[in-house]
Amino acid sequence: MTATTRTDMRAPASPLVWRISAIVISILLLGLIILVSGESPLAVIDAMIGGAFGTPDKIGRVVNTLTVLLLCSAGLVFTFNAGLYNLGIEGQITFGAIAATLALRLFGAVLPGPIAIALCIIFGAIGGMLWGLLAGVLKVHGRISEIFAGLGLNFVAQALAIYLIFGPWKRAGVASTSGTEPFNDTLWLGAFGTTEATPVGVALALIATIATIVIVRRTHYGLRLRAVGRNPRASFVLGIPASRQMLSAFALCGILAGVGGALQVSGNFHRLIPTISGSLGYLGLLVVMLVNFDPLWVLPVAFFFSALNVGSLQLPLVLEKVDSSLSGVIQGMLVLAALIGRGFAEINVKQ
Amino acid sequence: MNLDQLIIILATAIASATPIVFAVIGETISERAGVINLSAEGTILFAAMAGFAVAHLSDSLWLGFAAAAIAGILIALIVAFGAITLRQSQIAIGFVLALLFTDLSSFIGNPFVRIPGPTVPAFPIPILKDIPILGRLLFDSDLLVYLSYALIVATWFFFYRTSAGLTMRAIGEQPNAAFARGANVIRLRYLYVLIGGALMGIAGAAFSLDFKAGWSYRHTGGYGWIALAIVIFGGWNPLRAALGAYFFGILQSLASVAQDQFPGVPTQVLTVLPFVLMILVLVLTSANWLDRLLAFLPSDTRRSVLRTLRAAPPAALGQPFVQD
Repeated sequence: MTATTRTDMRAPASPLVWRISAIVISILLLGLIILVSGESPLAVIDAMIGGAFGTPDKIGRVVNTLTVLLLCSAGLVFTFNAGLYNLGIEGQITFGAIAATLALRLFGAVLPGPIAIALCIIFGAIGGMLWGLLAGVLKVHGRISEIFAGLGLNFVAQALAIYLIFGPWKRAGVASTSGTEPFNDTLWLGAFGTTEATPVGVALALIATIATIVIVRRTHYGLRLRAVGRNPRASFVLGIPASRQMLSAFALCGILAGVGGALQVSGNFHRLIPTISGSLGYLGLLVVMLVNFDPLWVLPVAFFFSALNVGSLQLPLVLEKVDSSLSGVIQGMLVLAALIGRGFAEINVKQ
Repeated sequence: MNLDQLIIILATAIASATPIVFAVIGETISERAGVINLSAEGTILFAAMAGFAVAHLSDSLWLGFAAAAIAGILIALIVAFGAITLRQSQIAIGFVLALLFTDLSSFIGNPFVRIPGPTVPAFPIPILKDIPILGRLLFDSDLLVYLSYALIVATWFFFYRTSAGLTMRAIGEQPNAAFARGANVIRLRYLYVLIGGALMGIAGAAFSLDFKAGWSYRHTGGYGWIALAIVIFGGWNPLRAALGAYFFGILQSLASVAQDQFPGVPTQVLTVLPFVLMILVLVLTSANWLDRLLAFLPSDTRRSVLRTLRAAPPAALGQPFVQD
């Protein structure tokens, strides 16, 4: 299971033509899929822009999605550069959110709001880190693929959340999938005006993104991380302990994902819900694959993907034949096209 | 619980595990040839939708199953092209396809949500169904279930008793050696990835046209990931993978029974068991802990126990093959 390839982490290959044509073909295909569903692509674009940026409320929702997506993507830049497919990130968000909820339940009534919220974010970070390290220890000491261990741990974390929501933390009266009892509003992360976007979330996400760019591209640690990612055996021979680099990447990614989970709890949903991650961890994997693991491009792509997510939500209300899953179709098609285009470019360089 | 109830629970469990059996056999074939088809979740969902839509529009079950198999083959073709020809990461390609086709199934399947469609009719086998206990357990279902029994036996026979099966395992273990001995690694890998995709497609239709008849948003959500876990739990052996699928089916049946006894615990919590078992199997087999655990056994017993429990992945799983 350790056999997942290292060679695919190589530097980007040159011919831009292949990549651009792959993206163009994917956009044409998307247009075709929309036409087949019985709507005009232009009407869909118009509805999506309106859905994402039409009112301050909607912009706030885009910003909120973006903050969590940026935190996850920044974390994944570390694991991808260490040569790891951290598919367990969903579980890291979820376990972070569970720990964050625990913090608010423990301290919400006894400590002032801001301190409880700060503890909530710290608990989230620790929870995410522990869940990330669990996959990391299985990988490094148990030689178990992080891919399958991570996927498995995602479901374990999700089951734990469901158990808590239906069991010990259930709503007064009847337990339901709508989540735990909402927290008192003194425990909500402060927002910009009447929107849902939170300044603290935005600040944390931007700091994480910038720090990731600096660390991965400009520091010795980043260099060693990439060395491990490219060739773990060679870097071991050169004196870089692959296992420590890998574990630290898992821990960093877990911390950032866990903070994302805490933001979902205290800033977004104000309670724990079964789908607390909102699949933003998986979306982060798509973002980082699309930018070929380069943190510099994470912000614009994550912004575009967040706008797609929020913009598609009200598609079925405006255009009755179009489902909100269109955002996932667009995101998936673009990343698939990028992978195929990259593949063609590399094959043609070699020959 | 009396014997009658037990037989009913087990018979339902075995029958309802049928889609998972098709999926795990398909994935096992693909992985034994060296290619992880991580798209299982998206493939099963999309094929379930395509199979239901075509069966509904044409009013033909056969066309429905054919459409599902073709959908599975087409998605597997993208996996094969990306992984084998372009030598991109199998994980990246498969993961993107899993997400993409999950959403495509919702998007394209939108008009087909919660409408009636044809379902596979019951077909008890005349004489066999009267065998005490076994008859009601195994032979009182429909053709799809009997086909899955045949598939398990045929796949096992192909894997371990034919020379083509030996070659298939060789291209997953030692592709260079297999190539040196005249096997066309690339063409064979394409073949087995596509066969695996077809079986996963049939798994989708087995849900939407039989065991979870109909179509709705994320109708078969989660089963693709469970299938991937069971393949590992089954140690890449078709017989053990099928047993894993039945084990999962029985767990699910028991979970719904236990629901009455422990109303506080939702059934979703029990669906996580395959993943926990998968991780345990990986822990036990990957780090030689099994050897240490069994160190107290006499050496010849230990060797045979180890052989039965062994679950090493194919050595070249996930690695691209570069033909000189």
